[in-house]
Amino acid sequence: MSEVLTGAQAIIRSLENLGVTDVFGLPGGAILPTYDPLMDSKKIRHILVRHEQGAGHAAEGYASASGKLGVCIATSGPGATNLVTAIADAHMDSVPLLAITGQVGSKLIGTDAFQEADIVGITMPITKHSFLVTRAEDIPETIAAAVLIATTGRPGPVLVDVTKDAQVSKAEFVWPPKVELPGYKPVTKPHGKQIQAAAALIGESKKPVLYVGGGVVRSGASASLLKLAELTGAPVVTTLMARGAFPDSHPLNLGMPGMHGTVPAVTSLQKSDLLIALGARFDDRVTGDLKSFAPEAKVIHVDIDPAEIGKIRFADVPIVGDANEVITELNLELQKQPKADLNEWWAFLDNLRARYPLGYTPADDGKLSPQYVIERIGELSGPEAIFAAGVGQHQMWSAQFIKYERPNAWLNSGGAGTMGYSVPAAMGAKVAQPDRLVWSIDGDGCFQMTNQELATCAINNIPIKVAIINNSSLGMVRQWQTLFYNERYSNTDLHTGTDALMIPDFVKLAEAYGCLGIRVEKEEDIDKAIKLAIETNDRPVVIDFIVSRDAMVWPMVAAGVSNDEVKYARDAAPIWDNEE
Amino acid sequence: MSKHVLSLLVEDKPGLLTRVAGLFARRGYNIESLAVGASEIEGLSRITVVVSVEGLPLEQVTKQLNKLINVIKIVELEPEQAVQRDHMLIKVKTEPATRSQVLEAVTLFRARVIDVVSDAVIIEVTGDSSKCAALIKVLEPFGIKELVQSGVLAMGRGSKSITEKVLK
Repeated sequence: MSEVLTGAQAIIRSLENLGVTDVFGLPGGAILPTYDPLMDSKKIRHILVRHEQGAGHAAEGYASASGKLGVCIATSGPGATNLVTAIADAHMDSVPLLAITGQVGSKLIGTDAFQEADIVGITMPITKHSFLVTRAEDIPETIAAAVLIATTGRPGPVLVDVTKDAQVSKAEFVWPPKVELPGYKPVTKPHGKQIQAAAALIGESKKPVLYVGGGVVRSGASASLLKLAELTGAPVVTTLMARGAFPDSHPLNLGMPGMHGTVPAVTSLQKSDLLIALGARFDDRVTGDLKSFAPEAKVIHVDIDPAEIGKIRFADVPIVGDANEVITELNLELQKQPKADLNEWWAFLDNLRARYPLGYTPADDGKLSPQYVIERIGELSGPEAIFAAGVGQHQMWSAQFIKYERPNAWLNSGGAGTMGYSVPAAMGAKVAQPDRLVWSIDGDGCFQMTNQELATCAINNIPIKVAIINNSSLGMVRQWQTLFYNERYSNTDLHTGTDALMIPDFVKLAEAYGCLGIRVEKEEDIDKAIKLAIETNDRPVVIDFIVSRDAMVWPMVAAGVSNDEVKYARDAAPIWDNEE
Repeated sequence: MSKHVLSLLVEDKPGLLTRVAGLFARRGYNIESLAVGASEIEGLSRITVVVSVEGLPLEQVTKQLNKLINVIKIVELEPEQAVQRDHMLIKVKTEPATRSQVLEAVTLFRARVIDVVSDAVIIEVTGDSSKCAALIKVLEPFGIKELVQSGVLAMGRGSKSITEKVLK
């Protein structure tokens, strides 16, 4: 059975047929035709944002919290370019995202028409793929292809730019459409020989490490990873993108590796003889100076994207495939062989764990210790909550001091490092998972980039909790100025603290947006405020935590420096040599 | 610096060339030459690209190209197992005294004269890159007024085709 629909109706019908239930967007001239049938859709909830960047990050948060596709809609020109940061972010962190943009009429393309921007051209380097649709009859096939590409293989953002005339004209709506992508055949099933080779290396290894990346979260491989860890008895490190992929409470978990990783996690990679990289991409924030990274280690590299394998580090055993399928096959193979004796390895690692636990020095300037605030948010909220961070110090502390027990509980902008991600991402996460407690843990700098979405949250009954870790400055940049620029604080003071100009006053701002605003300046008020926020669900909550600006993120491996030079605290490097 | 000839089978979609060229630009790969045209199958095009890679394996280039949705297949054509041809048009200044020498070079190189006026000729030559370079060298003393060159075209020797197995 087929019927004749306008292109605009076809967009909405295609999304409905593909199971899309929530979209984030903001209308404008070139996408107006599509907003008309959207109003009548019984299956799709559209959430009107205040800025298109908010729509993009909300769709990312929605996707990252649920594992489903996130969808955002914007008009042509500036509407579309406002999505660019979120699209770039989704590209770096492999988030399944569909961005639909209106475009000027096909006859006007190339004439510098009003609100014309070549968004397909602009986003080419930051999308997995993109489409320009100029004919109504091509819409169902294109939307279906876009969703297929965004959600399969290595997930990523796909842009569909639809001209106004394609939305207005009519065509027969045929469903399901024929999707032909002869050049797109992601490999998900691993090669049996490679699985055997990997198992053999694991059997020989005396110092293996499971180096777990965001691919494990995207592929939903946590259960099989748990089994793999227990079959091998190997230590597990979870990267910034993989926090929660393996429970923090598990004795095999050494925590996060990388620039602000734990000493045991960083050191385990350095001293390892076998890295089992699972959906990880040897990011420079993990490897530090590449030449001295894990010098003794052989590498088993598992990734669904063949181009990641061997890109940064040679892989002795490359395995292309979906993390969950690979780990499942690997587990079957490992069950056939005896578990290696890793006692000596664990003795070394346990010693590190005992000597270099994560910690912090409490603030001594009368302000709150940001680490303590974040730790309490995690403890009072529990592992079923969702935590979306911005970018900077508060992000690192949130990765370090909240204990994650499940995947998709930790959302952040890892690859792109997008300040302003947190509030809209938390909003999207709350829409995807309305029964979960959702925190935006944000900095005073980040918060000022996208806090307009509090209006969206308040009006649409999306009661997120925002914790502003307010140190009145661009904290991470300030930390680098402290450490590497002789404490010359060039342009990092934001004047948001209670002892500064306090512009803006975040509590008043929260109230202006119809949120509950709370300010916390004393340690004894922290728990009370967090509990009040958790109990308040008739509106969003913003807590302004006034924290010390001198708090720093430790441990730290400075940029471009060897992981061997990890500093446990300022001027305090771990001592390697006097271990028996 | 090593040169490689890659043959790409691609879907003939708008923006395809931008995607390929953009990928080379943003990943820092160098394109030495590029030739694009229709293949024997409707809707599919062939791109022959000569890349010079330094400090990274060619495999990275082909893997990144393979990620482009519209790229169907990539084959590296090794010089021994493929034919390679450049196509070149050269406008050379001629005088009564030099014309015969120019024409002699044309004959020697099995090139052709395709346009003649009193003080110039246009020469067409097809061959591998070294032949074209040699002809340029010979003609230079007479005065080359203009030169256009296609990218390298290449095809694997033998009866096999890169489109085999692709379209079942």
